[in-house]
Amino acid sequence: MKTLVYIDHFKGEVQPASWEAIGVARNWGTVQAVILGASGEKLVKQAYEYGADEVFFCDDSSLDDYRADLFASTLGALATAQSPDVILFPTTTRGRELAAILAVDLNSGVLADVTALELEGTLLVATRPIYEGKLFEKVVCRGRPQIATLRPRAFPRPPRDESRNGSAIRIEKQGESAIQVEGYAVSESRVSLTDAGVIVAGGRGVTNNPAMAGADEATIARKGFELIGELASVLGGAVGASRAVVDAGYIPYSHQVGQTGKTVAPDLYIACGISGAIQHISGIRGAKLVVAINKDPEAPIFKVARYGVVGDLFQVVPALTEAFRKRLGK
Amino acid sequence: MKIVTCIKQVPDTEAKISLENGKVQWGDSPLVINPFDEYAVEAALQQKDKHGATVVAICIGPDSAREALKHALAMGADEAILISDAALENLDAQGAAQVLAAAIRKIGDADLVIFGRQSIDSGTGLTPAQTARRLGWPLLSLAGSIELNNGRVRVERVIEEGRQIVSAALPAVLSVVQSIGEPRYPSFMGIRRASRATIPTWSLADLGISAPTPLVEQRAMFAPPSREQPCEFIQGETVTEIAEKLVEKILAEKVL
Repeated sequence: MKTLVYIDHFKGEVQPASWEAIGVARNWGTVQAVILGASGEKLVKQAYEYGADEVFFCDDSSLDDYRADLFASTLGALATAQSPDVILFPTTTRGRELAAILAVDLNSGVLADVTALELEGTLLVATRPIYEGKLFEKVVCRGRPQIATLRPRAFPRPPRDESRNGSAIRIEKQGESAIQVEGYAVSESRVSLTDAGVIVAGGRGVTNNPAMAGADEATIARKGFELIGELASVLGGAVGASRAVVDAGYIPYSHQVGQTGKTVAPDLYIACGISGAIQHISGIRGAKLVVAINKDPEAPIFKVARYGVVGDLFQVVPALTEAFRKRLGK
Repeated sequence: MKIVTCIKQVPDTEAKISLENGKVQWGDSPLVINPFDEYAVEAALQQKDKHGATVVAICIGPDSAREALKHALAMGADEAILISDAALENLDAQGAAQVLAAAIRKIGDADLVIFGRQSIDSGTGLTPAQTARRLGWPLLSLAGSIELNNGRVRVERVIEEGRQIVSAALPAVLSVVQSIGEPRYPSFMGIRRASRATIPTWSLADLGISAPTPLVEQRAMFAPPSREQPCEFIQGETVTEIAEKLVEKILAEKVL
């Protein structure tokens, strides 16, 4: 079986779920990887190290900036030339829409945001969440090639073997773009919650600290997120937030976890002062271990948590940071 | 200017979703406009407020989906069209794109088509891109802000790494994210207007297409395995003691 894997990167920085896709495809047979855009050639060696058997790249300057139409046409030409059985994408903003467009061009279907895969002969049977993870479905693709996007962190990252290498196979770009890229603006803070192994998240509880009575909410929230940030940093994790505190403007939108924000799948999720609105709980369904700290023992977050502490996050979080620091020798 | 927004009707996010005899059940919870699509309607109305436009909301669904269209009308959309056909029951993303593209062509003269980023039921997030490709129009996805100027649309795309600013000539297809701004509440006048509005129904024959062949086939649905263990509350005399106990518990789980 032959699988083509799209390596999604931004200016040379790869979305790690791309490597996870290579890991999945390696179990099935031949793995071809494709890297488009500037810095692509630099990533070729990495793709071999993660297990690709053949790596294609296109560094035509028109692909320096991501544009869905042009990228999809170039991928489509490669897919037609190589006729893989399966094309895999990471479920990233780019991966999802490229898969969508490619499916139209190749008249096939997309198994979107897949969290588990089985193989029946050469037929993929994909498990994917529906109704925000309240249910799952098993789906198959009736078109060929079969196209799937894999949810980040749903599949293990393959080991990297630095002794592996191969040639960089240059391909031509295809088609034209109707889209003009005018520039970039960096987000207020760069966090990658979808790829985080540990997330420490704050909710409305960050605005409630009796010891700071009299201070305005924003000041209290800033302090709360400072404590949460310290715990995240000791654990090498990222800072998340509930919708309530994002809406209140206490932390940028990029930190939001939950249905209208981001679905996350960390190994450890520590919810601090988050009561657990249903959307938030859906958003963390992929977490392996959930720990909750909340003043209210009846908070719904405890229904999905494995361990809970009923208490004030302003006391518990710094104590936890200190305890981890000691125990992990940091 | 004409703006088409594509919306879907879904069970409320607060609904308890379960399976009964292989069918999805949502209890007494209402069916609502897909929350992400409310942002699409909001985005269309913002452009209407700024530049003047006719906003047409379209929805594929059974007769009950009229309620979602009425919500869009009550928010301020000018027209609504329901696309309903018995042959559309097992529609996949690509089929939906095919039907929507045909409807957008039939409406005619659309300058912008605006989608929400994804539906909360099937949640594939594929349809905006697939509709754009079928129409042959540029896709400017995940827009956090929109500017129209001299026949071009310029958006800030919210991506993993920050924001990408892109533009294209109209007509174009957009999907929007929440940064576009909170959807407005339907006004009293809007609700009255919506309740009196006639919403035409288009069938596949009206669109001049046959039922799309599903390319993705559902084999089964199942509920996620329920958690075996209830929450274990960590207690102790002091916060330090609680913290130390909790750290040991977490380390014992070997997730770090």
